[in-house]
Amino acid sequence: MAVTGQAQHERAADTAEPRALRCSGLRYSFGSTRAVDGVDLDVRTGEVFGLLGPNGAGKTTAIRVITTLLPVPAGMVEVFGHDCARERMAVRRLLGYVPQQLSADGGLTGRENVALFARVFDVPRRERTARIEAVLAAVGLSESADRLASTYSGGMVRRLELAQALVSAPRLLILDEPTIGLDPIARTNVWGHITQVREATGMTVLVTTHHMDEAEQYCDRVALMHHGRIQAAGTPQELRNGLTPAESARPGGQSAMPPTLEDVFRHYAGSGLDGRESTEDGGDFRDVRRTRRTASRVG
Amino acid sequence: MVPARMLAMCLVELQKLRHDRTELYTRAVQPALWLLIFGETFTRIRAIPTGDVPYLDFLAPGIIAQSAMFIAIFYGIMIIWERDSGVLTKLLVTPTPRSALVIGKAVAAGVKAVIQAVVVILIAAALGVSLTWNPLKLTGVALVVVLGSAFFACLSMSIAGIVLTRDRLMGIGQAITMPLFFGSNALYPVAVMPGWLQAVSRANPLSYEVDALRGLLLGTPAHLGLDLAVLVFADVLGIVAASALMGRLAR
Ligand SMILES: Nc1ncnc2c1ncn2[C@@H]1O[C@H](COP(=O)(O)OP(=O)(O)O)[C@@H](O)[C@H]1O
Ligand SMILES: [Mg+2]
Repeated sequence: MAVTGQAQHERAADTAEPRALRCSGLRYSFGSTRAVDGVDLDVRTGEVFGLLGPNGAGKTTAIRVITTLLPVPAGMVEVFGHDCARERMAVRRLLGYVPQQLSADGGLTGRENVALFARVFDVPRRERTARIEAVLAAVGLSESADRLASTYSGGMVRRLELAQALVSAPRLLILDEPTIGLDPIARTNVWGHITQVREATGMTVLVTTHHMDEAEQYCDRVALMHHGRIQAAGTPQELRNGLTPAESARPGGQSAMPPTLEDVFRHYAGSGLDGRESTEDGGDFRDVRRTRRTASRVG
Repeated sequence: MVPARMLAMCLVELQKLRHDRTELYTRAVQPALWLLIFGETFTRIRAIPTGDVPYLDFLAPGIIAQSAMFIAIFYGIMIIWERDSGVLTKLLVTPTPRSALVIGKAVAAGVKAVIQAVVVILIAAALGVSLTWNPLKLTGVALVVVLGSAFFACLSMSIAGIVLTRDRLMGIGQAITMPLFFGSNALYPVAVMPGWLQAVSRANPLSYEVDALRGLLLGTPAHLGLDLAVLVFADVLGIVAASALMGRLAR
């Protein structure tokens, strides 16, 4: 998996394809809160790129600018060469987006939820039914497709959202904390589907997470984000290798262990990825509460 | 392409209605009570001068317009709910113009209101109101109801785009629906209103909707051309305003 990933972005770099995503000097503030504070990102075509950081790091805000939900007040953002500020419609046509919040329409069945997205992305009528069935099958929801989404579990809603995002065959799939609020089995399950789809289609995936084990296991390259800035970027391997054993020393006599991404993060940010330090700004609490609220409403 | 997206937005509204019909039934209660209690009582006591037309007949088109407005005003609350639940956010990242989203919802409100109008017409007919059964005129009724509801749905979605929270919208919704209803010709003819209320009524799209409905259903003298022109103009304004404010709901 890591080897194929490696090979893939070398190929992408060789053919000088347009970057799936390029950000430079991206900033976004909510009043006096600088949520995104000068971010440069470079996502290559075909890779799984992880934006890793604790709650409140600014990941969701960056994603919301990239998806054209928020304006681009400063800096440049391009998706496959299309400017996110000036060519919003062109950008939207290329994106599949699964927001952090669990969000399927509970008043519609799983199939109707997916069909809506097939229609608004202009999937031709002739292909529509087949495409809808295919993505439902790809996320393992064929059996439950005629049930109202309000009866789905959290993991099923996530997979349904994945199907909604995939039905338009996007070139860039953006997943904001796809496993937040899910139990370990559902988490593995969702990642399994993401990996499968990605292997089948070769689409580019931009995913945010605050679980470093997920980033380590599933991402070709990662960027560590903290306080609105990218602190380091590279393959998980490169980031770990960049750390000398002394730097990865942890209290408790574990310094003999090889460094993990957690250590890398602690080195660059001065705190763990569980982000206890950054809960004070309220980001953590707000996100959790929001996700819970949706989870209880959706079912 | 844009009409296809509008249709898609409208279709999901109807699919939801198919899965949960309780709204249709519960919404039929209020107009039935208005006609049965208010209508019958005021017909008896003849407190409101409506010429040769019995008061119940006069009232029925007003109640159709009123119940359509109540359905439509709910769309602002719904769009805030969709925003809070993240459903709207995902739609805003699709290549769907804001206006297609707004028009889809407005038309869906209209379709719901037409279903409601059928219920009110049947209740009214059962109470002995002599309404037209001319299919052309009934089609006109449906058109007027769709145009009227579309305006109030857009008004409500525009306010949603300004206030952004459900609690505030509920407050404002209640604060404006009653004045819109009482400040119209739905319950009493314009002639019996004090001057200031007549002015309010003249600026109120609901009055034009009621006027057109009376003309079509009862055959009373109406200004159909003006009524339609005002409703179409109000719809265009409403769609432009609601589409412009929709982006605020993405933040
Ligand atoms: N709508 C908002 N209004 C005000 N502040 C916000 C809003 N959204 C996010 N923030 C703040 O911006 C910062 C970054 O948040 P966010 O992008 O959600 O981080 P992450 O997704 O990494 O957890 C946090 O301090 C958060 O409180
Ligand atoms: Mg987030």
